[in-house]
Amino acid sequence: MEATAKPVAGIADLPMLKIAKYVVYDILRNKFVLAYLLFLVLVSMSFFNLESDPAKGMMSLLNIILIVLPLVSIVFATIHLYNAYEFTELMLAQPLRRSDIFLGQYLGVAVSLCIAFGVGVGIPVLLYEGTLRGAMLVGCGLLLTLAFVSMAFLATVLSRDKARGIGIALLLWFFCTILYDGLVLMGMFAFSDYPLEKIIIGMTFLNPVDLARIAMLLQLDAAALMGYTGALFQHFFGSVLGGGLAVLAMLAWVAGPLWAAVRIFRKKDI
Amino acid sequence: MQHTFTFLLLLAASALHARTWVVAPGTALASIQAAVEKARPYDTVLVRAGKYHEPILVTKPLILRGEGWPVLDGEHRNQPLSIRSNHVSVSGFRVVRCGSGSLEDQAGIKVYNARYVYVFGNILEDNYFGIYLSNSKRCWVTGNHLTAHGEVEQTSGNGIHAWKCDSITISDNRVQGHRDGIYFEFVTNSQINRNWSAGNVRYGLHFMFSHNDSYEHNTFIRNGAGVAVMYTRNVTMRHNTFSENTGGAAYGILLKDIQRSHISDNIFVQNTAAIFMEGCTRSVLERNEFRQNGWAIKVQASCDGNTFRNNNFFANTFDVSTNNQLVLNTFEKNYWDKYEGYDLDHDQIGDVPYRPVSLFAMVSDQMPYAMMFWRSFTVLLLDRAEKVIPSLSPDNLLDRSPLMKPYVADTARQ
Repeated sequence: MEATAKPVAGIADLPMLKIAKYVVYDILRNKFVLAYLLFLVLVSMSFFNLESDPAKGMMSLLNIILIVLPLVSIVFATIHLYNAYEFTELMLAQPLRRSDIFLGQYLGVAVSLCIAFGVGVGIPVLLYEGTLRGAMLVGCGLLLTLAFVSMAFLATVLSRDKARGIGIALLLWFFCTILYDGLVLMGMFAFSDYPLEKIIIGMTFLNPVDLARIAMLLQLDAAALMGYTGALFQHFFGSVLGGGLAVLAMLAWVAGPLWAAVRIFRKKDI
Repeated sequence: MQHTFTFLLLLAASALHARTWVVAPGTALASIQAAVEKARPYDTVLVRAGKYHEPILVTKPLILRGEGWPVLDGEHRNQPLSIRSNHVSVSGFRVVRCGSGSLEDQAGIKVYNARYVYVFGNILEDNYFGIYLSNSKRCWVTGNHLTAHGEVEQTSGNGIHAWKCDSITISDNRVQGHRDGIYFEFVTNSQINRNWSAGNVRYGLHFMFSHNDSYEHNTFIRNGAGVAVMYTRNVTMRHNTFSENTGGAAYGILLKDIQRSHISDNIFVQNTAAIFMEGCTRSVLERNEFRQNGWAIKVQASCDGNTFRNNNFFANTFDVSTNNQLVLNTFEKNYWDKYEGYDLDHDQIGDVPYRPVSLFAMVSDQMPYAMMFWRSFTVLLLDRAEKVIPSLSPDNLLDRSPLMKPYVADTARQ
C-alpha cells in the first residue's frame, strides 16, 4: 500500500488543492452554503413555475443573478476569510508558500459557492430552459461568483479590521450593481449631444455586472436590440472578436483583483 | 364564390364544343404559341413536360394546363407568359428566368386589363416580378410557389404584384426572396388569405391606397422590414402571424395613415417593433398576441381614436412607447404580463390602472444607446419611481381596466 501511494505525487497532492479541499469541507459543514443553494433552487423553481413563459422566468432570474449573487458571494467570502484568520495563521506557520495558502483558500471558497450556484440554478434552468441562453445564464453566474469572491479577497487583505473589510466589500458591491450604472447614465445624459456608442461599449468592460447583464441582454432582448444603434452593440458583442473580448474582460475581473490580493498578502505583516 | 361559380359554368358550357390541343416537344405541335393561335376560344391547351423558350401571348379565353411541369423559360430576356384576355386559366407550369428591366416591369406571368383570370398551382423561380396583375378584375392567384434570390431592392421585383385591381383573390401562395412578397397598389375589395411570405428583401406584404381589403390567416416571417400598410381605409387583418422581422427599420406591421381598420386575432412574435402606427385614426386592434417583441406597440402622437382592446402582452421588452405627451387613443381590458396590481373584488379586472409606457422606453427612444442599460438595477429603480409618480411618460396613456389573466378568445364566435 505504502509503496504504491508514495511515488504518486498527483495533482491532488499540491498544497494549494489540499488547502482548498479543507476549506470546502469546512464551508460545507457550516451549512450557509447549503442554505444558499436551497434559496437558489426555491427562487429559480418558483420563477419558472409562476411565469407561463420560460423567457420571463429567465428575466426574473437574471435580476437575482445580477443583485443577490454578487452580494452573497462578496459578503460570504469576506466573512469566511476573517473567520478563518486562525486557520490562515496556522497554515503560515507551516513550510508552505503564502500564495499557495491564499489561492487554496480562494479556490475553496469559490468552488463551494460555484457548486451551490451550479446546482441551485443550473438544474432548474436545465429542466425548464435547456437552451443556449440557459447555459449562458449559468455561465455568467459562475463567472460573476468568481469575480466577486476575488474582490472579497482583495477587500480582506486591504484591512485587518473585520468591520472595515466588510464595509469595503459592501461598497464594491454597491458600486458595481447600482452606482456605476447611475454614474454612466448621468454622464450619458450630460453628453448626449456627442456620439457615445463606442465609449459606452468601453464603459461596460469596466464593470463585471454590466458585462454579464449585456451578455444576457443579447439573448433575452435580441429583438429590441436590433433596432437603431442597438444593432451596433449586437454587432460588437455578437461577433467573435467582441464576444471573445467580453469573456477576456470577465476573466480579467476574476484574475485582476485576485492577483492584486496575492501580491499584497505575500508581503503583508500578519 | 359566386364568381367562381359563373366561371365554372362558363367553362362547362364551353366544354361542349371545346377541343384539347396537346403540345409536346418533338411532335407536330411543339410550340405553345402556335397551339394558342390555332385554338378557338375556350379550348384547352395541354402542355407536356419539356422546355419552352418562346414568349407566349394569350389574347383569347383559354385553358392552359401543364402536365409534368413543363418549363417556360424567359432566359432573362423575355416575359414567358403574357395574358391579355378574359377567362384564361393557367396551371401546372414552371415559369423561370423572366427578363428584367426598368422600362417595363417584366413578370413570370403578367395579366393585362383582364377579368376572370385564374392562375393556380404554378411554380415560379428566379423571376424579376413573379405574378403581375395589371388593371384587372375578379382574378384568382392561388396555390403558387414563388422563389427568387433577391439581394437588394433595386435589382429585384415583387412576388405577387397587383396594380389597380378590384375583387381579386390571392390565396395559399408561398413567396420568398422577392423584393416585396405581395404588393398591392390601388387594389380594392380583395381577399388575401392563407399566404406564406418569408425572407423577402423589403416587405412581406406591402399595400397602399388599397381600400376595403381583407387579409386573413397569412404568415409573414423574416422579411427585411416586415409588413407595410399605407394610405388605406377599411382594412381587415385577422389571424395573421408576423414573426422575426428584426432590424433598425423593421416592423411587424407599419401602419401609416390607416383609417377605420380592424386588426384582430393576430400573433406577433420577436419583431423589433410589432406595430408601428403613424397617422392612424379610428381603428380597432383587438385580441392580438404580442410575444417577445422589442416594442409591442409604438404609437405616434399623430394617431387618434384608435382602440386597443383584449390584447395579450407577454415578455416584450417594452409594451408601448410614444413620442409625445398627447394621447388620443384608448387602451382597455388588455392583459399585460408586467402588471402588478391587485383585484380585490375578483371581477378579473385589476383595480389599479396600468401604465404600459416605461420611462426607459421613452429614454431609449431619444438615446438609443441607453438600451445598453436595460435590466440594470438602477434603471429598474428609476422605472419604479416613474411608475409611482409619472413625470416624463404621458400620464393619460393607461389601461384603466387591465385584465388579471390573459384574454382567451371565444372560439365559438370565430
